[in-house]
Amino acid sequence: MKTKTFIHLAFAILVVTLSILPLTMVSAQQPTPSDDEVNAIARQLFCPICQNTPLDVCPTQACHDWRELIRQMLAEGKTPDEIKQYFVDHYGARVLSEPPQTGLNWLVYIVPPVAFLIGVILLFQAFRAWKRTPKEPPAGEAGEFAPSQKEEYVSRIEEELRKRN
Amino acid sequence: MAQKLTNPPAVPRRGAPLWAQILVWIGLLALLVLLGLGLFRAEHPIMSIGSKVPDFTLKLFDKYPYQDANQVNLVGLRGKVVVVNFWASWCVTCADESPMMEAAWRYYQPAGQVVFLGVDYTDVDAKALQFLTRFAITYPNGPDLGTRITPIFNRNIAMPETYIVDQQGILRAEQIGPYQSLADIRNTIDPLLKEK
Repeated sequence: MKTKTFIHLAFAILVVTLSILPLTMVSAQQPTPSDDEVNAIARQLFCPICQNTPLDVCPTQACHDWRELIRQMLAEGKTPDEIKQYFVDHYGARVLSEPPQTGLNWLVYIVPPVAFLIGVILLFQAFRAWKRTPKEPPAGEAGEFAPSQKEEYVSRIEEELRKRN
Repeated sequence: MAQKLTNPPAVPRRGAPLWAQILVWIGLLALLVLLGLGLFRAEHPIMSIGSKVPDFTLKLFDKYPYQDANQVNLVGLRGKVVVVNFWASWCVTCADESPMMEAAWRYYQPAGQVVFLGVDYTDVDAKALQFLTRFAITYPNGPDLGTRITPIFNRNIAMPETYIVDQQGILRAEQIGPYQSLADIRNTIDPLLKEK
C-alpha cells in the first residue's frame, strides 16, 4: 500500500515537473530582438570600415554582419553599454558616434561652446562700441570735433564776436 | 586774439584688452596646428620601406596559435622574416589571395626562418573563423583588436595588404592589394633569406 502511494506521488511529481519544464525553458530564452532594438544601438556606432557611415544605415555586408552581432548580443542579455564596449575593444573608439571624453577628444566638447561664447562676447562689445561712438559729420564741414568741443567752439566764437562789437 | 583751435584728441579705441586678443590668437593658432598635424598624420604612413617597424602584439585566435602561445609580438620574432598579411572575411580579393598565402607558408614553415602572421582587420570573429576554415589556413592569425596594428603600417588600408619585415625588424617590402602568384611572394622573401 505504502509502495503504491509512493509510486503515485513520484508519478505526480514527474508529471508536474515535465509540464513546468517547457515554461522554464521558454522563459530562459530571450525573445529575438527587433530591428528597432538593434538599430537603436547601431545608430550610436559608426561602420568601422566605411567613412562616416552610421551602422544602422550602412548597406554593406560587413555592416549587416555587425548588426546581426548586436542582435545576437542583445539576445544573450548584453546591455547596450556592454555591446558598445565590445565594439570599442574590437575596432577602437573611432566606432563611437560620440567620442569618449578623454585626451584630445575633449577639444570636441570644449572648443565649440568656448568659440560660441567668445563670439557672443565680441559681438556684444562691438555692438556696444558702435552705439557709443559719435556719428562723424561729413568731411569738409567744420565739425571734426566731439559735440562738447563743438559747444566750446561756438561759445568762443560768440565771445570773440562780443569783443569785436 | 583768437585762440588757435587744435584737432581734438583721438577717441580711444574700444575692444577686448590686448592680453585677451593675444590669448585668442594663440588659441586659434594652436587649433590650426593641431588640425594640420592631424591631417598630415592621416595622409602619411608612420613607416616607409627601410623603417624600423615598431613593436606590436597580436592576440591570436584559439585555433591559430604561434608555437602554442595565444599571442605573438614582433620583437620576439627577431632573426626571422615576418610576413604580416592584413585581411578580412568581407574582402573579396583576400579570398583570392588566401590560398597563395597558405601555400607560401607551407613552403617556408619547415625551415622555420619565416613566420606568417594573419591580421584580421575589422571583422566579426565568427565570420573570420569561417573564412580561415574555408581556405584551410594554418598560419598564426588573430584580430587587430582596437585597430591598433593596422595604423602602424597604413592608416588608409586597402585590403588585402602584406608587409614583409626582415630579420632585424626593418620593413623591406609591401604589397598593396593581393599577390598575384606564389612566385611573387617567393621573389620578395627569398632575397631576404639569402642576406642572413
